[in-house]
Amino acid sequence: MKRVLDAGLPLIGLALAVFVWWAISLRVPDLPSPARTWQDSRLYIVQPFEKRGETDQGIALLAYYSLMRVGRGFLLGAIIGTPLGFLFGVSPTLTRMFDPLMQVMRPISPLAWLPLGLILFQKSEPAALFAIAVCSMWPTIINTMVGVRAIPQDYWNVAKVLRLSATTTFLKVILPATLPYMFTGYRLSLGIAWLVIVASEMLTGAPGVGGFLWQEYNSLIYAHILLAIITIGVIGFALDRLMGIAEAKLRTA
Amino acid sequence: MAFLEARGVCKSFSSAAGVRHVLRDVALSIERGEFVSIVGAMGSGKSTLLSILAGLTAPDAGAIVVDGQPVDGVRRDAAYVFQNYSLLPWFTALENVRLAVEAACPFLSRDEQKTRARETLERVGLSHAIHRRPGQLSGGMRQRVAIARAFAARPSLLFLDEPFGALDALTRETLQQDLVTLCSSAERPATTVMITNSVEEAILLSDRIVPMLPGPPATLGAPIPVPLPRPRSVAQLAHDEDATLVRADVVATLTAAAGTRPRPTPSAAVERARPVALAAGKS
Repeated sequence: MKRVLDAGLPLIGLALAVFVWWAISLRVPDLPSPARTWQDSRLYIVQPFEKRGETDQGIALLAYYSLMRVGRGFLLGAIIGTPLGFLFGVSPTLTRMFDPLMQVMRPISPLAWLPLGLILFQKSEPAALFAIAVCSMWPTIINTMVGVRAIPQDYWNVAKVLRLSATTTFLKVILPATLPYMFTGYRLSLGIAWLVIVASEMLTGAPGVGGFLWQEYNSLIYAHILLAIITIGVIGFALDRLMGIAEAKLRTA
Repeated sequence: MAFLEARGVCKSFSSAAGVRHVLRDVALSIERGEFVSIVGAMGSGKSTLLSILAGLTAPDAGAIVVDGQPVDGVRRDAAYVFQNYSLLPWFTALENVRLAVEAACPFLSRDEQKTRARETLERVGLSHAIHRRPGQLSGGMRQRVAIARAFAARPSLLFLDEPFGALDALTRETLQQDLVTLCSSAERPATTVMITNSVEEAILLSDRIVPMLPGPPATLGAPIPVPLPRPRSVAQLAHDEDATLVRADVVATLTAAAGTRPRPTPSAAVERARPVALAAGKS
C-alpha cells in the first residue's frame, strides 16, 4: 500500500498541476489547454527525429542541437574552471587577488555576456559557447577550490613523508581527494549551462530547443512554447540526475 | 657524534588565544641503530617534537642534524608512521604500500615495486587483504598497512607517532609484538624514534626511554636505559625484575614532573602506573 502511494503521489501532483494549467487556459484565451498542446505538439513528439525544414524539426533533434551546444560550452567552462579552482585552492594569494572579481562576475546574466561574445567573436555560435562557459564555470571553480582546501592535513603529510614529486602528489593525492567536490561543481555548472542555452539560442536564433521556443512565439504557435518549456525541464532534470549518480559513485569510492 | 642530534629546539604556536610555547630548548641525541622512545602524557608536545625531528615541521629555533647533515624537510631515507594511519582511502592496501616503494626506489620497475609491497604486507600478516581499500579494513589492519608502508621503503630512520594509540588493548599487544619481530628481522635495523604514552610499550621496544616532562613548554628528562635482553615479550616483561625497575624509574620521573599534588588530572602516565604496583606486589 505504501509503495503504491509512493509511486502515486508524484502522479497526483502532476495531475494537479495539469489541472491548474487547464483552469488558467480557460481564462487566458491565448494559452493553449493541455489537450490542445498535445494535439499541436504530437507530430514533434511521435516523430522526434523528423527534419521537415531548418527550423521545423522533431523535438529530439532540437534537443540534440541544444545538448551539443551545452556540452561544448560546459566543457569549455570546465577546462578553464577546473585548473583555476586548483590554483585558487593551493594559493591563498591568488584567491585574495581574484576573489572580488569573481564575486562581481558570478551574478552577471547570460543575456549580458552574449552581446560581449558577439563583439569578441563576431559569430553567434562562438558567442553562445562563450556565454555558456563564462556563466557556468563559477561552481566548478569554487567547488574545486573548496575541495582542495578540504584535503585533510594527513594526506599532505603522507605526500611530504613519502617525498612524492609535485606530479605524483597531484595525481595520487590532490586529484582523488578533490574529485567528489569537482563533480558537485560540474553538476551545478551543467545546470547553469542548461539555463543559459535557452537565452543564448533565443538571442542568436540558433537551431535548438531555445531557438525553437522563440521562433514559435514569433509565429504565434503557443502550444509549441509549452512543448519547448516541458522539454527543457525534463532534459535539465535528467542531466542533473545523471551527474548526481556520477557524484554519488565518486563519494563512496 | 650521534646519528641523530637535536639541539636547542624551540617551538611555539600562536593563535587568537595567544602564543603557546610547546617546546623549549629540547636536546636529544640518538645513536645509529638505536630504538628510542619518548614517553609522556597526552598533549605534552610529543607529536610536535617528532614531526620536528623528522623534518615535517620546522622548529622556531635550534637544529636537527642527522648523519652530519642538517635536516631541512623529510629525509629520503626516513619513514613515518602516523597515529591515525593516514592511508590514502582511494587506493588498495597494496597500492598504498607500492606508492611508498615507488617514492623511495623509483629505479625499480612497477612489478618489482608491487612484489616488494606484497612481501612487506605478507610480513605484517595481511596477505589476504592486499586488494582491500582502507575503508574495508579494521583499525588494527590499517595500522599494519601503515607499518608495512614505512618498512617497505627500507628506511634507515623510522619515526613512529603513537603507532598503536588508536587501537584497542588486544590489537595493540599483537601489533607491538609484530613490531618487535619486524624490527629484529630487518637486515639492518633502522634508527627508530617512537613516541608513546605507554610505559609498557616503550620498555618492550626501546633501548632507551626519554621522558617528556610536561610544560608548557615541555622539556626532555634524562634518558633512562632499558638494559633488557632481546627479543622481549609482553608476558615476560610483566614479571621481569629489571623491567620493573625501569618502569618505576620512568613513572617516578613522569609523575614527579606532573606536579607535587598526589592526584592531578589522571594523565595517561599515571593511569599506566597502576599495573606497575600490582606487578611489583606479586614478585
